[in-house]
Amino acid sequence: MSTPMESVRTLAMGENEAAAGGRATVDAPFGRAMVTLGRSRPEIVGLTADLGKYTDILPFRDAFPDRFFNVGMAEQNLVAVAAGLARTGKVPFATTYGVFATRRAFDFVAIALAHSNLNVKLIAGLPGLTTGYGGTHQAIEDLALMRMIPGLVVIDPCDATEIEAATLAIADHDGPVYMRQLRGAVPVVLEPGYTFAIGKARKLRGGADIGIISTGLMTERAIDTAAMLERRGISVGVLHVPTIKPFDADAVAEFASSVGRIVTAENHVIVGGLASLVVETLFDAGIQRKVTRIGLPDRYIECGAVPTLQTKYGLTAEKMTATIAALA
Amino acid sequence: MARNSPPADADIAALKARATRLRRHMLTMARGQGAGYIGQGLGIADALTALYFHELRYDPHNLGWRDRDRFLLSTGHYSIALWAALAEAGILPVEELATYGADNSRLEMSTLDTTPGVEMIGGSLGHGLGQAVGQALGLRLDHSESRVFVELSDGEMQEGSTWEAAMSGSHFRLDGLVALIDCNGIQADGPVVLDMEPVADKWRAFGWETLEIDGNDMEAVVGALAAARNRNGRPKAIVLRTLPGKGVTRIESSEKSHFFRVDVSQWDSIIAEFEQSVGEGA
Repeated sequence: MSTPMESVRTLAMGENEAAAGGRATVDAPFGRAMVTLGRSRPEIVGLTADLGKYTDILPFRDAFPDRFFNVGMAEQNLVAVAAGLARTGKVPFATTYGVFATRRAFDFVAIALAHSNLNVKLIAGLPGLTTGYGGTHQAIEDLALMRMIPGLVVIDPCDATEIEAATLAIADHDGPVYMRQLRGAVPVVLEPGYTFAIGKARKLRGGADIGIISTGLMTERAIDTAAMLERRGISVGVLHVPTIKPFDADAVAEFASSVGRIVTAENHVIVGGLASLVVETLFDAGIQRKVTRIGLPDRYIECGAVPTLQTKYGLTAEKMTATIAALA
Repeated sequence: MARNSPPADADIAALKARATRLRRHMLTMARGQGAGYIGQGLGIADALTALYFHELRYDPHNLGWRDRDRFLLSTGHYSIALWAALAEAGILPVEELATYGADNSRLEMSTLDTTPGVEMIGGSLGHGLGQAVGQALGLRLDHSESRVFVELSDGEMQEGSTWEAAMSGSHFRLDGLVALIDCNGIQADGPVVLDMEPVADKWRAFGWETLEIDGNDMEAVVGALAAARNRNGRPKAIVLRTLPGKGVTRIESSEKSHFFRVDVSQWDSIIAEFEQSVGEGA
């Protein structure tokens, strides 16, 4: 039996997942965007399955109580009810944790939403390794599961700015969407003037030696990693890919052609998600680059403090810097 | 609100004659493919007849009419009965029924929501009631008086999602929601494999105003649908005790009644027997 090396605190429910890293934060960016939407769009309705408090949708409930439905701990029904509401012309935003939206309600997402192309937005809390609660709550394979579903749009936003922008953008998209969510105090990472468009990747930084292709909160770490590596004389570019499906293959191919080597960075298992998409894209385009995959290993993750676990699995900027420096 | 103009049958005798027409269509469809979910279709024929020709408010020439009543067939494999009803209602051409289950046909053996008159994709059992709850909520938000009818089956009650939806239907006080639960006693592996009795008590315990009737007794079905019009804050469940293959003795007594397949000569004699039993000119 091992002895704890140091005293760590398990970040359980209700904490902020995204490491602020000295950046400014915005509280509940998803909830703010929902209230904005609700004012101008009476057809927008909100649903949750007993996780309203933990998915930042309560500002919408408080502003529009008649348009908010809590179905209790019943994620299959959450999706089915949202599908029914969409059939009457409503635009439902339904929140739960990613693990429940994908693992438990998969058939409903695939058949009730995607097969019928219904206008429902699934908002998924606790993406990847953002809770210390263990494998039951860490949505480490959700992007892989969702990207396999025909017609479903899949988004992994990076920061508060992008969560707000993407929430507005998916409301304007007529069709089913699965969007990961960061809750609570979410850092502002992207520069002012950043624009989000479904299906579009954005080059945030140019560089010749290494190109990091990242999604979700890993883009924050990718930016910090690139800055640290620059000080060591390694030129690193960053391509942020918030939309997993439809995937911006053209932008990925162009970016990959401009650098010597590729590193993918995702808050997800390294099978079936961003890394797989990048490798498929490069192979299809006939681009030969070595690809190093930063992300979670193909196994379930233990309980523990989020910073401890993110360090252990190489997801922090410091660990990424070491990983990439060792490649050079 | 004014009733729209669906085809409506004046009395029980007319409805029974209409149900015979539905059964005739179904037998013709099943003969064309050599097989089909004919047992279930014949069993639900009386309830679908009462719905489409007596109770539902819809316009066959304006399927998207916002204030129509909705009917969701959750058991998509009962499509053979729905196609027959939609053809009789003037929503599908009668001649198209011959394409049932064929390649490129709109009239699949399990319903797709792309076929006119279909309000949900069936087939994955346990979906219908939850989607009906959502539609009823949406209609209430629009202050519509439209009601939502949903058919599900006894086997389908084994899906946990059915009970998630049942809880929410009563929680949200959806009194314009009517569930028709077809208890025909069969499922894929044979006679109901997991005991669901007492069915009506289960629905009552979940907060639904529940009636239990002989689902092949037209008068009883019409009466139960009338009772379900009551907007009293509670969703309605009508437990239909039906006989698979109802009206066709050889299918009623078949052990294969979940999916019935016989050769063409047997179909011909089954149809001849059916015509004889309903009488000339029916």
